[in-house]
Amino acid sequence: MDKTELLVVGSGPAGLKASLAAAAQGAEVTLVERDPFLGGQLVKQTHMFFGSNVHYASERGFKIAEKLALAVEENQKIKVLKNTTVLGCYEDRVVSLEIDGIFSTLKPESLVMATGAQENTLIFPNCDLPGIYGAGAVQTLMNLHGILPGRRVAMVGAGNIGVIVSYQMLQAGVEVPAIIEAQPNIGAYHVHAAKVRRMGVPIYTSHTILSAQGTESLEKIVFAEIDHTFQPLAGSEKELEVDVLCIAVGLTPLTEILFQAGCEMAYIPELGGHVALRSEALETSVSNIFVAGDVGGIEEASAAMVEGTIAGLTAANNLGYGRESYRDKLATAKLELASLRNGPTGEKIRNGLGRLYQKGEVAS
Amino acid sequence: MLSKTGVPEKLQVEKALPRKERRAAGPVVIVECFQEIPCDPCYTSCRQGCFLPFDDINDLPRMDFEKCNGCGICVGACPGLAIFIVDESYAEKEALLSIPWEFLPVPLEGEVVEGLDREGGTVARVKVKKVRPSAKKSNTHIVTLVVPKEYAHEIRSMKVIR
Repeated sequence: MDKTELLVVGSGPAGLKASLAAAAQGAEVTLVERDPFLGGQLVKQTHMFFGSNVHYASERGFKIAEKLALAVEENQKIKVLKNTTVLGCYEDRVVSLEIDGIFSTLKPESLVMATGAQENTLIFPNCDLPGIYGAGAVQTLMNLHGILPGRRVAMVGAGNIGVIVSYQMLQAGVEVPAIIEAQPNIGAYHVHAAKVRRMGVPIYTSHTILSAQGTESLEKIVFAEIDHTFQPLAGSEKELEVDVLCIAVGLTPLTEILFQAGCEMAYIPELGGHVALRSEALETSVSNIFVAGDVGGIEEASAAMVEGTIAGLTAANNLGYGRESYRDKLATAKLELASLRNGPTGEKIRNGLGRLYQKGEVAS
Repeated sequence: MLSKTGVPEKLQVEKALPRKERRAAGPVVIVECFQEIPCDPCYTSCRQGCFLPFDDINDLPRMDFEKCNGCGICVGACPGLAIFIVDESYAEKEALLSIPWEFLPVPLEGEVVEGLDREGGTVARVKVKKVRPSAKKSNTHIVTLVVPKEYAHEIRSMKVIR
């Protein structure tokens, strides 16, 4: 069976940064990625990123992916396995993999799980009609393959993803007649909302989708205003003719492998569902298994990158690498993470992490 | 309300304006950033010292408008596309308005476009004075429009009509 010092699962912002941080300290890293390319969701992000210069502010997500992927590919300490899916992780920390369709096993001394998240969906009458997509699929069609998702597309969800994907659709020449949001307030950064609004896209807060209609595929949606108990208000129904409906109603951490590995888990709604208990250095209750990025709680890519750095540094330190610089580098990363979460938009994640740490501590 | 509709309120917009005398004196930055988010490229991109140092990355930007020379480097650096440059000294009845632009087609200098307000409504047909790529090479163009003075703080977007 092949061995590696550190296995990083997933090459999104967290996995790329974890690999680079651990390799810089001297650890030997194997990075596995299900897709044929590195970057995770970053490759579809055509908007400029927020944050500060250290988080690649004002750069577009796919450009950040290109930079980090290049650094990873050029790093002699990092072995990259693309088209590789992790199938399981067992008690003796043996990991089973499918590499280009062939079954294989690997025994890492340490693991960083940076598997990200999957999209939530919505149930409503005819929600299975062709033409109803998750926002991730729409982004993949448009930004990876250059295919228009539709001519006239309504969006459900005014969080960052819903609003950013709406903007990207406008850029691609798609008409976006409505963004529909059940919450009374827009969840996206208000600057994102303002920039789609001034292109003429109405944002309907306190509204929900009632049904989809169409014979062969989606032709029309019905949506309505809702009260504070989320019940539709009679007489407020509106109809829209659209050929595509895009759903962006949040993400859930992809945690199956953490469950299988025996990590202690807790259900924390603010973090998007079940997440692993972890130390401040992101080590789970199973020693030398770390989490970084959305798998540990739904947040922004900038935070995922810093978490990747923290997990990578600590994994390397546990393996005996870079001990002299560990403390300083960790302190810098922790400060960065705390400052990203410090404002009002970090409140949800702060509350979620507070609840998670109350459920059980993992010693650093 | 901004948090419900995506449209900032009139009062918010007015409070963000530099005082009248400064606006009349020449090009100056207008920052429509009303929510504390972790973001500071306006400050780090500015070479004039107009944006004051951030204590916390979540702070709202604070400006010393006297130091702004209207260079527009922050317009292309702002990931929220929330920064504009207005020059009310341009002409008696017209002002120059620079906006960030990330759509195709990129308008041509001299072309007439529709100036849109913060809700995407048509305000007036206006002429494109200048088009330049942003200094950050992010492909965000900065489009300068000649707008009637009374609409200098109403128009915030545009539509290419061909």
